Amino acid sequence: MIPLSHADWTDAMPKDFVSDKLARRRLRHVKERIIEFILFLAASVSVATTLGIVLILLKESFVFFRIVSLWDFLTDTQWTPLFADAHYGIMPLLSGTLVSSAVALLVAIPLGTIIAIYLSEFAPFSVREVAKPFLELLGGIPTIVYGYFALMFVTPLLQKIIPGLPGFNLLSAGLVMGIMIIPYVSSVSEDAMRAVPMALREGSYAMGATRFQTATRVVTPAAFSGIAAAYILGISRAVGETMILAVAAGMQPNLTWNPLEPAATITAYIVQVALGDLPHGSIGYQTIFAAGLTLALLTLFFNVLGHLLRKRYRQVY
Amino acid sequence: MVSTAAPEISAAAAAEPAPVKKAESKSLSFYYGDFQALKNISMPIYDKKVTALIGPSGCGKSTYLRCFNRMHDLYPGNRYDGQIMLYPDNTNLLNPAVDPIEVRMRISMVFQKPNPFPKSIYENVAYGLRVRGERKRAILDEKVEEALRGAALWDEVKDRLHELAFNLSGGQQQRLCIARALATDPEILLFDEPTSALDPIATASIEQLLADLKEKLTILIVTHNMQQAARVSDYTAYMYLGELIEFGVTDTIFIKPRNKQTEDYITGRFG
Repeated sequence: MIPLSHADWTDAMPKDFVSDKLARRRLRHVKERIIEFILFLAASVSVATTLGIVLILLKESFVFFRIVSLWDFLTDTQWTPLFADAHYGIMPLLSGTLVSSAVALLVAIPLGTIIAIYLSEFAPFSVREVAKPFLELLGGIPTIVYGYFALMFVTPLLQKIIPGLPGFNLLSAGLVMGIMIIPYVSSVSEDAMRAVPMALREGSYAMGATRFQTATRVVTPAAFSGIAAAYILGISRAVGETMILAVAAGMQPNLTWNPLEPAATITAYIVQVALGDLPHGSIGYQTIFAAGLTLALLTLFFNVLGHLLRKRYRQVY
Repeated sequence: MVSTAAPEISAAAAAEPAPVKKAESKSLSFYYGDFQALKNISMPIYDKKVTALIGPSGCGKSTYLRCFNRMHDLYPGNRYDGQIMLYPDNTNLLNPAVDPIEVRMRISMVFQKPNPFPKSIYENVAYGLRVRGERKRAILDEKVEEALRGAALWDEVKDRLHELAFNLSGGQQQRLCIARALATDPEILLFDEPTSALDPIATASIEQLLADLKEKLTILIVTHNMQQAARVSDYTAYMYLGELIEFGVTDTIFIKPRNKQTEDYITGRFG
Protein backbone atom coordinates (compact mmCIF):
# COMPACT_ATOMS: atom_id res chain seq x y z
CA MET A 1 0.00 0.00 0.00
CA ILE A 2 1.32 3.42 -0.89
CA PRO A 3 1.72 5.55 2.21
CA LEU A 4 -0.55 8.54 2.32
CA SER A 5 1.08 11.92 2.27
CA HIS A 6 -0.14 14.76 4.40
CA ALA A 7 -1.59 16.49 1.35
CA ASP A 8 -3.64 13.42 0.42
CA TRP A 9 -5.15 13.33 3.82
CA THR A 10 -6.18 16.95 3.98
CA ASP A 11 -7.38 17.42 0.45
CA ALA A 12 -8.53 14.19 -1.07
CA MET A 13 -9.95 12.21 1.80
CA PRO A 14 -13.42 12.54 3.26
CA LYS A 15 -13.44 13.99 6.74
CA ASP A 16 -14.31 10.81 8.64
CA PHE A 17 -11.88 8.65 6.74
CA VAL A 18 -10.00 6.13 8.88
CA SER A 19 -7.13 4.34 7.22
CA ASP A 20 -7.32 0.55 7.04
CA LYS A 21 -4.38 0.25 9.34
CA LEU A 22 -6.08 2.19 12.10
CA ALA A 23 -9.61 0.91 11.65
CA ARG A 24 -11.21 -0.90 14.53
CA ARG A 25 -10.83 -4.66 14.23
CA ARG A 26 -14.27 -6.13 14.68
CA LEU A 27 -13.03 -9.59 15.58
CA ARG A 28 -10.69 -8.29 18.23
CA HIS A 29 -13.46 -6.18 19.65
CA VAL A 30 -15.82 -9.14 19.91
CA LYS A 31 -13.12 -11.30 21.48
CA GLU A 32 -12.46 -8.62 24.08
CA ARG A 33 -16.15 -8.45 24.97
CA ILE A 34 -16.39 -12.22 25.34
CA ILE A 35 -13.39 -12.30 27.66
CA GLU A 36 -14.85 -9.47 29.68
CA PHE A 37 -18.12 -11.37 30.00
CA ILE A 38 -16.38 -14.56 31.15
CA LEU A 39 -14.45 -12.64 33.78
CA PHE A 40 -17.67 -10.98 34.89
CA LEU A 41 -19.34 -14.39 35.24
CA ALA A 42 -16.47 -15.65 37.37
CA ALA A 43 -16.76 -12.61 39.62
CA SER A 44 -20.54 -13.04 39.85
CA VAL A 45 -20.27 -16.55 41.24
CA SER A 46 -19.24 -15.35 44.67
CA VAL A 47 -21.74 -12.51 44.77
CA ALA A 48 -24.57 -14.74 43.55
CA THR A 49 -23.72 -17.45 46.06
CA THR A 50 -23.74 -14.98 48.93
CA LEU A 51 -27.03 -13.50 47.79
CA GLY A 52 -28.52 -16.97 47.36
CA ILE A 53 -27.55 -18.03 50.86
CA VAL A 54 -28.89 -14.85 52.39
CA LEU A 55 -32.15 -15.21 50.46
CA ILE A 56 -32.69 -18.80 51.53
CA LEU A 57 -31.84 -17.97 55.14
CA LEU A 58 -34.31 -15.09 55.10
CA LYS A 59 -37.04 -17.10 53.35
CA GLU A 60 -36.79 -20.13 55.62
CA SER A 61 -36.39 -18.02 58.74
CA PHE A 62 -39.54 -16.19 57.73
CA VAL A 63 -41.41 -19.51 57.95
CA PHE A 64 -39.94 -20.02 61.40
CA PHE A 65 -40.79 -16.55 62.63
CA ARG A 66 -44.42 -16.98 61.58
CA ILE A 67 -44.72 -19.60 64.28
CA VAL A 68 -42.28 -18.30 66.88
CA SER A 69 -42.31 -14.61 67.68
CA LEU A 70 -39.04 -12.69 67.36
CA TRP A 71 -39.48 -11.61 70.97
CA ASP A 72 -39.60 -15.20 72.23
CA PHE A 73 -36.63 -16.06 70.00
CA LEU A 74 -34.53 -13.32 71.56
CA THR A 75 -35.67 -13.49 75.19
CA ASP A 76 -36.59 -17.09 75.96
CA THR A 77 -33.83 -18.65 78.04
CA GLN A 78 -34.35 -22.17 76.79
CA TRP A 79 -33.66 -23.80 73.46
CA THR A 80 -35.58 -27.07 73.32
CA PRO A 81 -37.15 -27.18 69.85
CA LEU A 82 -37.10 -30.95 69.79
CA PHE A 83 -38.86 -31.49 73.10
CA ALA A 84 -42.59 -31.83 73.67
CA ASP A 85 -42.43 -28.58 75.65
CA ALA A 86 -40.70 -26.65 72.91
CA HIS A 87 -38.84 -23.42 73.64
CA TYR A 88 -37.14 -21.36 70.97
CA GLY A 89 -34.80 -18.99 72.78
CA ILE A 90 -31.55 -18.43 70.87
CA MET A 91 -29.73 -17.13 73.98
CA PRO A 92 -28.38 -20.53 75.14
CA LEU A 93 -26.81 -21.17 71.74
CA LEU A 94 -25.58 -17.59 71.46
CA SER A 95 -23.96 -17.77 74.88
CA GLY A 96 -22.19 -21.00 73.92
CA THR A 97 -20.90 -19.39 70.74
CA LEU A 98 -19.79 -16.20 72.48
CA VAL A 99 -18.08 -17.92 75.40
CA SER A 100 -16.17 -20.40 73.26
CA SER A 101 -15.19 -17.61 70.83
CA ALA A 102 -14.04 -15.43 73.72
CA VAL A 103 -11.84 -18.23 75.08
CA ALA A 104 -10.43 -18.86 71.60
CA LEU A 105 -9.71 -15.18 70.99
CA LEU A 106 -8.07 -14.79 74.38
CA VAL A 107 -5.60 -17.37 73.12
CA ALA A 108 -5.35 -16.44 69.46
CA ILE A 109 -5.19 -12.63 69.58
CA PRO A 110 -2.36 -12.19 72.09
CA LEU A 111 -0.37 -15.16 70.82
CA GLY A 112 -1.01 -14.35 67.17
CA THR A 113 0.04 -10.74 67.68
CA ILE A 114 3.17 -11.68 69.59
CA ILE A 115 4.13 -14.21 66.92
CA ALA A 116 3.55 -11.61 64.22
CA ILE A 117 5.71 -9.05 66.04
CA TYR A 118 8.44 -11.61 66.55
CA LEU A 119 8.44 -12.82 62.96
CA SER A 120 8.22 -9.37 61.44
CA GLU A 121 10.51 -7.38 63.74
CA PHE A 122 12.84 -9.73 65.58
CA ALA A 123 13.27 -13.08 63.88
CA PRO A 124 16.30 -13.54 61.66
CA PHE A 125 15.54 -14.50 58.10
CA SER A 126 16.36 -18.19 58.65
CA VAL A 127 13.98 -18.54 61.61
CA ARG A 128 11.18 -16.86 59.68
CA GLU A 129 11.65 -19.18 56.74
CA VAL A 130 11.21 -22.21 59.00
CA ALA A 131 8.52 -20.88 61.33
CA LYS A 132 6.11 -19.58 58.70
CA PRO A 133 5.40 -22.89 56.93
CA PHE A 134 4.88 -24.56 60.30
CA LEU A 135 2.39 -21.92 61.32
CA GLU A 136 0.56 -22.26 58.06
CA LEU A 137 0.47 -26.01 58.59
CA LEU A 138 -1.33 -25.35 61.86
CA GLY A 139 -4.09 -23.69 59.83
CA GLY A 140 -4.24 -26.61 57.44
CA ILE A 141 -5.05 -29.31 59.99
CA PRO A 142 -8.68 -30.44 59.61
CA THR A 143 -10.80 -29.07 62.43
CA ILE A 144 -12.16 -32.50 63.29
CA VAL A 145 -8.62 -33.44 64.30
CA TYR A 146 -8.49 -30.42 66.56
CA GLY A 147 -11.85 -31.47 67.99
CA TYR A 148 -10.58 -34.88 69.03
CA PHE A 149 -7.34 -33.33 70.24
CA ALA A 150 -9.43 -31.14 72.53
CA LEU A 151 -11.64 -34.00 73.72
CA MET A 152 -9.01 -36.70 74.16
CA PHE A 153 -5.94 -34.75 75.15
CA VAL A 154 -6.65 -31.22 76.36
CA THR A 155 -9.75 -32.00 78.42
CA PRO A 156 -8.08 -34.78 80.46
CA LEU A 157 -5.12 -32.45 80.99
CA LEU A 158 -7.40 -29.67 82.18
CA GLN A 159 -9.27 -32.08 84.41
CA LYS A 160 -6.05 -32.64 86.34
CA ILE A 161 -5.78 -28.91 86.98
CA ILE A 162 -9.47 -28.19 87.44
CA PRO A 163 -11.06 -31.10 89.30
CA GLY A 164 -14.68 -31.75 88.43
CA LEU A 165 -14.37 -30.34 84.92
CA PRO A 166 -16.96 -32.10 82.75
CA GLY A 167 -15.78 -34.19 79.80
CA PHE A 168 -17.46 -31.76 77.44
CA ASN A 169 -16.69 -28.12 78.17
CA LEU A 170 -16.31 -24.81 76.41
CA LEU A 171 -12.88 -24.12 77.87
CA SER A 172 -11.08 -27.02 76.26
CA ALA A 173 -12.81 -26.53 72.91
CA GLY A 174 -12.15 -22.78 73.06
CA LEU A 175 -8.46 -23.20 73.87
CA VAL A 176 -7.89 -25.58 71.00
CA MET A 177 -9.93 -23.41 68.67
CA GLY A 178 -7.67 -20.53 69.72
CA ILE A 179 -4.62 -22.51 68.67
CA MET A 180 -6.28 -23.25 65.36
CA ILE A 181 -6.92 -19.53 64.78
CA ILE A 182 -3.39 -18.36 65.67
CA PRO A 183 -2.03 -18.67 62.12
CA TYR A 184 -4.91 -16.63 60.69
CA VAL A 185 -4.20 -13.82 63.12
CA SER A 186 -0.42 -14.01 62.95
CA SER A 187 0.02 -14.29 59.21
CA VAL A 188 -2.29 -11.40 58.30
CA SER A 189 -0.86 -9.26 61.12
CA GLU A 190 2.68 -10.04 60.05
CA ASP A 191 1.96 -9.07 56.46
CA ALA A 192 0.55 -5.78 57.71
CA MET A 193 3.61 -5.12 59.85
CA ARG A 194 6.06 -5.96 57.12
CA ALA A 195 4.25 -3.53 54.85
CA VAL A 196 5.16 -0.68 57.23
CA PRO A 197 7.88 1.28 55.44
CA MET A 198 11.44 0.94 56.71
CA ALA A 199 11.65 4.74 56.91
CA LEU A 200 9.24 4.69 59.82
CA ARG A 201 11.32 2.13 61.72
CA GLU A 202 14.50 4.06 61.01
CA GLY A 203 12.81 7.18 62.34
CA SER A 204 12.11 5.38 65.57
CA TYR A 205 15.57 3.85 65.90
CA ALA A 206 17.11 7.22 65.16
CA MET A 207 15.27 8.57 68.22
CA GLY A 208 17.09 6.05 70.38
CA ALA A 209 14.24 3.57 70.59
CA THR A 210 14.93 -0.09 71.17
CA ARG A 211 13.66 -2.79 68.87
CA PHE A 212 10.82 -3.60 71.21
CA GLN A 213 9.79 0.04 71.53
CA THR A 214 9.89 0.41 67.76
CA ALA A 215 7.78 -2.71 67.28
CA THR A 216 5.14 -1.81 69.84
CA ARG A 217 4.99 1.97 69.60
CA VAL A 218 5.55 2.61 65.90
CA VAL A 219 5.16 -0.51 63.76
CA THR A 220 2.07 -1.91 65.48
CA PRO A 221 0.07 1.34 65.41
CA ALA A 222 1.15 1.93 61.81
CA ALA A 223 -0.06 -1.53 60.84
CA PHE A 224 -3.19 -1.27 62.94
CA SER A 225 -5.70 -1.38 60.12
CA GLY A 226 -4.20 -4.63 58.88
CA ILE A 227 -3.95 -6.04 62.37
CA ALA A 228 -7.60 -5.18 62.99
CA ALA A 229 -8.45 -7.05 59.79
CA ALA A 230 -6.55 -10.05 61.15
CA TYR A 231 -8.49 -9.92 64.43
CA ILE A 232 -11.80 -9.73 62.59
CA LEU A 233 -10.80 -12.69 60.48
CA GLY A 234 -9.99 -14.54 63.70
CA ILE A 235 -13.33 -13.60 65.25
CA SER A 236 -15.21 -14.74 62.17
CA ARG A 237 -13.36 -18.05 62.24
CA ALA A 238 -14.13 -18.50 65.94
CA VAL A 239 -17.81 -17.68 65.64
CA GLY A 240 -18.26 -19.95 62.65
CA GLU A 241 -16.13 -22.86 63.84
CA THR A 242 -18.16 -26.06 64.07
CA MET A 243 -16.40 -29.36 64.42
CA ILE A 244 -14.15 -28.60 67.38
CA LEU A 245 -17.17 -27.45 69.36
CA ALA A 246 -19.48 -30.19 68.20
CA VAL A 247 -16.91 -32.75 69.31
CA ALA A 248 -15.47 -31.23 72.47
CA ALA A 249 -18.03 -28.82 73.92
CA GLY A 250 -21.08 -31.02 74.00
CA MET A 251 -24.41 -30.69 72.26
CA GLN A 252 -26.56 -29.54 75.16
CA PRO A 253 -27.93 -26.01 74.80
CA ASN A 254 -27.03 -24.36 78.07
CA LEU A 255 -27.42 -20.70 78.89
CA THR A 256 -24.16 -20.06 80.67
CA TRP A 257 -21.27 -17.63 80.66
CA ASN A 258 -19.02 -20.09 82.44
CA PRO A 259 -16.44 -21.71 80.13
CA LEU A 260 -16.11 -24.67 82.51
CA GLU A 261 -19.57 -25.92 81.58
CA PRO A 262 -20.62 -27.89 78.54
CA ALA A 263 -22.78 -25.99 76.06
CA ALA A 264 -23.89 -26.19 72.45
CA THR A 265 -23.01 -23.41 70.05
CA ILE A 266 -25.13 -22.24 67.14
CA THR A 267 -22.95 -24.16 64.72
CA ALA A 268 -22.95 -27.35 66.77
CA TYR A 269 -26.72 -27.22 66.94
CA ILE A 270 -27.03 -26.79 63.18
CA VAL A 271 -24.83 -29.83 62.58
CA GLN A 272 -26.84 -31.84 65.02
CA VAL A 273 -30.18 -31.05 63.39
CA ALA A 274 -28.97 -31.05 59.79
CA LEU A 275 -27.54 -34.54 60.23
CA GLY A 276 -30.53 -35.79 62.22
CA ASP A 277 -33.72 -37.24 60.83
CA LEU A 278 -36.09 -34.32 61.31
CA PRO A 279 -38.54 -34.01 58.42
CA HIS A 280 -38.14 -31.06 56.07
CA GLY A 281 -40.57 -28.26 56.75
CA SER A 282 -41.17 -29.21 60.38
CA ILE A 283 -40.71 -26.39 62.86
CA GLY A 284 -37.75 -28.27 64.36
CA TYR A 285 -36.07 -28.27 60.98
CA GLN A 286 -36.85 -24.60 60.37
CA THR A 287 -34.98 -23.69 63.57
CA ILE A 288 -31.65 -24.26 61.90
CA PHE A 289 -32.36 -21.48 59.43
CA ALA A 290 -33.19 -19.07 62.21
CA ALA A 291 -30.00 -20.14 63.98
CA GLY A 292 -28.05 -19.82 60.74
CA LEU A 293 -29.43 -16.33 60.16
CA THR A 294 -28.36 -15.33 63.67
CA LEU A 295 -24.86 -16.61 62.95
CA ALA A 296 -24.72 -14.78 59.63
CA LEU A 297 -25.82 -11.55 61.29
CA LEU A 298 -23.22 -12.01 64.01
CA THR A 299 -20.45 -12.47 61.46
CA LEU A 300 -21.77 -9.55 59.42
CA PHE A 301 -21.67 -7.39 62.53
CA PHE A 302 -18.00 -8.20 63.13
CA ASN A 303 -17.13 -7.68 59.49
CA VAL A 304 -18.76 -4.27 59.47
CA LEU A 305 -16.98 -3.43 62.69
CA GLY A 306 -13.70 -4.50 61.12
CA HIS A 307 -14.39 -2.44 58.05
CA LEU A 308 -15.06 0.65 60.16
CA LEU A 309 -11.91 0.07 62.21
CA ARG A 310 -9.83 -0.26 59.07
CA LYS A 311 -11.28 2.89 57.59
CA ARG A 312 -10.71 4.78 60.80
CA TYR A 313 -7.06 3.76 61.11
CA ARG A 314 -6.01 3.40 57.51
CA GLN A 315 -2.60 4.95 56.94
CA VAL A 316 -1.35 6.05 53.59
CA TYR A 317 2.38 6.13 53.18
CA MET B 1 43.19 17.45 52.13
CA VAL B 2 41.71 18.74 55.35
CA SER B 3 41.59 22.48 55.67
CA THR B 4 41.96 23.67 59.20
CA ALA B 5 42.24 27.33 58.31
CA ALA B 6 39.76 29.67 59.93
CA PRO B 7 37.29 31.37 57.59
CA GLU B 8 39.01 34.25 55.86
CA ILE B 9 36.51 35.47 53.31
CA SER B 10 34.25 37.68 55.34
CA ALA B 11 35.32 39.98 58.13
CA ALA B 12 32.58 38.68 60.38
CA ALA B 13 33.75 35.13 59.93
CA ALA B 14 37.32 36.10 60.58
CA ALA B 15 36.30 37.66 63.88
CA GLU B 16 34.91 34.34 65.08
CA PRO B 17 36.99 32.25 67.42
CA ALA B 18 38.73 29.24 65.90
CA PRO B 19 36.24 26.39 65.41
CA VAL B 20 36.15 23.59 67.95
CA LYS B 21 35.87 19.99 66.81
CA LYS B 22 32.66 18.26 67.87
CA ALA B 23 33.40 15.05 66.07
CA GLU B 24 35.91 13.70 63.64
CA SER B 25 36.07 10.72 61.36
CA LYS B 26 39.47 9.09 61.23
CA SER B 27 40.28 6.79 58.31
CA LEU B 28 36.64 5.79 58.17
CA SER B 29 35.83 3.01 55.75
CA PHE B 30 32.48 1.32 55.44
CA TYR B 31 31.39 -1.87 53.75
CA TYR B 32 27.97 -3.08 52.65
CA GLY B 33 28.91 -6.76 52.60
CA ASP B 34 31.80 -6.90 50.16
CA PHE B 35 31.15 -3.51 48.65
CA GLN B 36 33.28 -0.73 50.04
CA ALA B 37 31.07 2.35 50.14
CA LEU B 38 33.43 4.65 52.05
CA LYS B 39 37.15 4.81 51.56
CA ASN B 40 39.36 6.07 54.32
CA ILE B 41 37.54 9.27 55.12
CA SER B 42 39.11 11.66 57.60
CA MET B 43 37.35 14.89 58.28
CA PRO B 44 36.42 17.11 61.23
CA ILE B 45 32.90 18.16 62.18
CA TYR B 46 33.06 21.55 63.88
CA ASP B 47 30.98 22.42 66.89
CA LYS B 48 27.93 24.63 66.29
CA LYS B 49 28.63 24.80 62.57
CA VAL B 50 26.81 23.43 59.58
CA THR B 51 28.83 20.97 57.57
CA ALA B 52 27.42 20.06 54.16
CA LEU B 53 28.18 16.84 52.32
CA ILE B 54 27.84 17.15 48.57
CA GLY B 55 28.56 14.90 45.64
CA PRO B 56 26.80 12.95 42.91
CA SER B 57 24.37 10.13 43.70
CA GLY B 58 26.05 7.04 45.05
CA CYS B 59 29.12 8.93 46.25
CA GLY B 60 28.59 7.71 49.81
CA LYS B 61 27.46 10.94 51.45
CA SER B 62 24.34 9.40 53.02
CA THR B 63 26.33 6.33 53.99
CA TYR B 64 28.83 8.59 55.72
CA LEU B 65 26.09 10.50 57.51
CA ARG B 66 24.43 7.32 58.73
CA CYS B 67 27.66 6.14 60.34
CA PHE B 68 27.33 8.93 62.91
CA ASN B 69 24.22 7.47 64.54
CA ARG B 70 25.15 3.88 63.74
CA MET B 71 22.09 3.41 61.53
CA HIS B 72 24.02 0.80 59.59
CA ASP B 73 23.87 -1.44 62.67
CA LEU B 74 20.22 -2.13 61.84
CA TYR B 75 21.09 -4.25 58.83
CA PRO B 76 23.17 -7.40 58.78
CA GLY B 77 26.37 -7.59 56.76
CA ASN B 78 27.47 -3.98 57.30
CA ARG B 79 30.95 -3.25 58.61
CA TYR B 80 32.76 -0.15 59.79
CA ASP B 81 36.46 0.35 59.77
CA GLY B 82 38.24 3.30 61.34
CA GLN B 83 36.91 5.72 63.90
CA ILE B 84 34.42 8.46 64.51
CA MET B 85 35.58 10.35 67.56
CA LEU B 86 33.00 12.32 69.52
CA TYR B 87 34.23 15.25 71.60
CA PRO B 88 34.50 16.18 74.39
CA ASP B 89 33.97 12.53 75.35
CA ASN B 90 36.95 11.56 73.25
CA THR B 91 35.17 8.30 72.50
CA ASN B 92 35.05 6.32 69.29
CA LEU B 93 31.37 6.03 68.34
CA LEU B 94 32.06 2.96 66.27
CA ASN B 95 33.58 1.02 69.13
CA PRO B 96 31.47 -2.14 69.57
CA ALA B 97 31.38 -1.42 73.30
CA VAL B 98 29.50 1.81 72.58
CA ASP B 99 25.74 1.30 72.72
CA PRO B 100 24.18 2.55 69.47
CA ILE B 101 21.06 3.53 71.40
CA GLU B 102 23.14 5.84 73.60
CA VAL B 103 24.72 7.29 70.47
CA ARG B 104 21.32 7.95 68.91
CA MET B 105 20.17 9.66 72.07
CA ARG B 106 22.85 12.28 71.55
CA ILE B 107 23.01 12.36 67.77
CA SER B 108 19.59 12.79 66.20
CA MET B 109 18.58 12.45 62.59
CA VAL B 110 16.10 13.94 60.13
CA PHE B 111 15.36 11.91 57.03
CA GLN B 112 14.91 12.64 53.36
CA LYS B 113 11.17 12.03 53.34
CA PRO B 114 9.17 13.27 56.31
CA ASN B 115 8.45 10.16 58.38
CA PRO B 116 6.12 11.16 61.20
CA PHE B 117 4.86 8.29 63.33
CA PRO B 118 1.18 7.29 63.22
CA LYS B 119 0.53 9.33 66.34
CA SER B 120 -0.65 12.79 67.28
CA ILE B 121 1.57 15.82 66.71
CA TYR B 122 2.22 15.96 70.45
CA GLU B 123 3.13 12.28 70.74
CA ASN B 124 5.44 12.49 67.75
CA VAL B 125 7.49 15.17 69.45
CA ALA B 126 7.29 13.45 72.83
CA TYR B 127 8.42 10.12 71.36
CA GLY B 128 12.12 10.49 72.10
CA LEU B 129 11.38 11.50 75.68
CA ARG B 130 8.92 8.68 76.16
CA VAL B 131 11.36 6.02 74.96
CA ARG B 132 13.75 7.42 77.54
CA GLY B 133 11.09 6.74 80.17
CA GLU B 134 9.91 10.30 80.76
CA ARG B 135 6.34 10.23 82.10
CA LYS B 136 5.82 13.55 83.84
CA ARG B 137 3.21 15.48 81.95
CA ALA B 138 4.61 18.88 82.92
CA ILE B 139 8.08 18.04 81.61
CA LEU B 140 6.69 16.52 78.41
CA ASP B 141 4.45 19.55 77.82
CA GLU B 142 7.35 21.92 78.30
CA LYS B 143 9.77 19.98 76.10
CA VAL B 144 7.21 19.49 73.34
CA GLU B 145 6.45 23.19 73.22
CA GLU B 146 10.14 24.08 73.29
CA ALA B 147 10.91 21.66 70.46
CA LEU B 148 7.99 22.82 68.34
CA ARG B 149 9.06 26.43 68.84
CA GLY B 150 12.60 25.43 67.95
CA ALA B 151 11.33 23.94 64.71
CA ALA B 152 9.21 27.06 63.99
CA LEU B 153 6.05 24.98 64.04
CA TRP B 154 4.47 25.91 67.36
CA ASP B 155 2.26 28.72 66.11
CA GLU B 156 0.84 26.57 63.35
CA VAL B 157 -0.01 23.55 65.48
CA LYS B 158 -0.50 24.77 69.05
CA ASP B 159 -4.29 24.46 68.77
CA ARG B 160 -4.24 21.00 67.29
CA LEU B 161 -1.50 19.17 69.12
CA HIS B 162 -3.65 16.08 69.46
CA GLU B 163 -4.49 15.71 65.80
CA LEU B 164 -2.79 13.01 63.75
CA ALA B 165 0.54 14.14 62.35
CA PHE B 166 -0.44 12.90 58.88
CA ASN B 167 -2.86 15.82 58.58
CA LEU B 168 0.06 18.26 58.32
CA SER B 169 1.47 19.40 55.00
CA GLY B 170 4.77 17.97 53.74
CA GLY B 171 6.81 20.95 54.93
CA GLN B 172 5.08 20.93 58.29
CA GLN B 173 5.69 17.20 58.63
CA GLN B 174 9.38 17.73 58.01
CA ARG B 175 9.51 20.48 60.63
CA LEU B 176 7.65 18.12 62.94
CA CYS B 177 10.40 15.56 62.36
CA ILE B 178 12.95 18.25 63.20
CA ALA B 179 11.00 19.08 66.37
CA ARG B 180 10.95 15.40 67.22
CA ALA B 181 14.72 15.26 66.83
CA LEU B 182 15.18 18.46 68.87
CA ALA B 183 13.00 17.38 71.79
CA THR B 184 15.75 15.28 73.31
CA ASP B 185 18.38 18.04 73.16
CA PRO B 186 20.78 16.29 70.81
CA GLU B 187 24.33 17.55 70.39
CA ILE B 188 24.56 16.76 66.70
CA LEU B 189 21.70 16.80 64.23
CA LEU B 190 22.08 14.78 61.02
CA PHE B 191 20.06 15.83 58.00
CA ASP B 192 19.77 13.46 55.05
CA GLU B 193 18.57 15.61 52.16
CA PRO B 194 15.85 17.09 54.34
CA THR B 195 14.29 19.26 51.65
CA SER B 196 14.40 16.99 48.61
CA ALA B 197 10.71 16.11 49.00
CA LEU B 198 9.61 19.70 49.69
CA ASP B 199 8.52 22.68 47.60
CA PRO B 200 10.68 25.84 47.46
CA ILE B 201 8.75 27.69 50.16
CA ALA B 202 8.92 24.80 52.63
CA THR B 203 12.60 24.42 51.69
CA ALA B 204 13.27 28.07 52.49
CA SER B 205 11.69 27.69 55.92
CA ILE B 206 13.79 24.61 56.69
CA GLU B 207 16.95 26.42 55.58
CA GLN B 208 16.10 29.36 57.82
CA LEU B 209 15.61 26.88 60.61
CA LEU B 210 19.08 25.40 60.04
CA ALA B 211 20.60 28.82 60.47
CA ASP B 212 18.78 29.24 63.80
CA LEU B 213 19.59 25.72 65.01
CA LYS B 214 23.34 26.00 64.64
CA GLU B 215 23.35 28.48 67.50
CA LYS B 216 22.72 25.52 69.76
CA LEU B 217 23.97 22.41 68.05
CA THR B 218 26.20 20.92 65.40
CA ILE B 219 24.67 20.12 62.04
CA LEU B 220 25.75 17.66 59.40
CA ILE B 221 23.67 17.84 56.24
CA VAL B 222 23.64 15.81 53.05
CA THR B 223 22.30 17.72 50.10
CA HIS B 224 21.97 17.28 46.39
CA ASN B 225 21.36 20.92 45.94
CA MET B 226 24.58 22.87 45.56
CA GLN B 227 22.92 26.23 46.13
CA GLN B 228 21.55 24.88 49.36
CA ALA B 229 24.98 23.78 50.51
CA ALA B 230 26.32 27.23 49.65
CA ARG B 231 23.46 28.97 51.47
CA VAL B 232 23.31 27.00 54.69
CA SER B 233 26.72 25.55 55.44
CA ASP B 234 29.93 26.79 57.01
CA TYR B 235 31.99 23.87 55.81
CA THR B 236 31.56 21.69 52.77
CA ALA B 237 32.87 18.27 51.93
CA TYR B 238 32.82 17.07 48.34
CA MET B 239 32.69 13.30 47.99
CA TYR B 240 33.02 11.11 44.95
CA LEU B 241 32.81 7.31 44.71
CA GLY B 242 33.22 6.85 48.44
CA GLU B 243 36.19 9.15 48.74
CA LEU B 244 36.50 12.57 50.27
CA ILE B 245 37.82 14.75 47.46
CA GLU B 246 37.88 18.09 49.20
CA PHE B 247 36.87 19.55 52.53
CA GLY B 248 36.99 23.18 53.49
CA VAL B 249 35.24 26.39 54.37
CA THR B 250 32.13 26.58 52.20
CA ASP B 251 32.99 29.95 50.68
CA THR B 252 36.42 28.71 49.64
CA ILE B 253 35.05 25.49 48.20
CA PHE B 254 32.50 27.33 46.14
CA ILE B 255 34.63 30.25 45.03
CA LYS B 256 38.11 28.76 44.77
CA PRO B 257 38.13 24.98 45.05
CA ARG B 258 41.61 23.56 45.04
CA ASN B 259 40.62 20.38 43.32
CA LYS B 260 39.68 20.33 39.66
CA GLN B 261 37.09 17.61 40.22
CA THR B 262 35.33 19.67 42.89
CA GLU B 263 35.30 22.64 40.60
CA ASP B 264 33.79 20.63 37.75
CA TYR B 265 31.05 19.36 40.01
CA ILE B 266 30.26 22.70 41.56
CA THR B 267 30.16 24.53 38.27
CA GLY B 268 27.87 21.88 36.84
CA ARG B 269 30.26 20.50 34.27
CA PHE B 270 29.88 17.13 35.90
CA GLY B 271 27.32 15.32 38.00
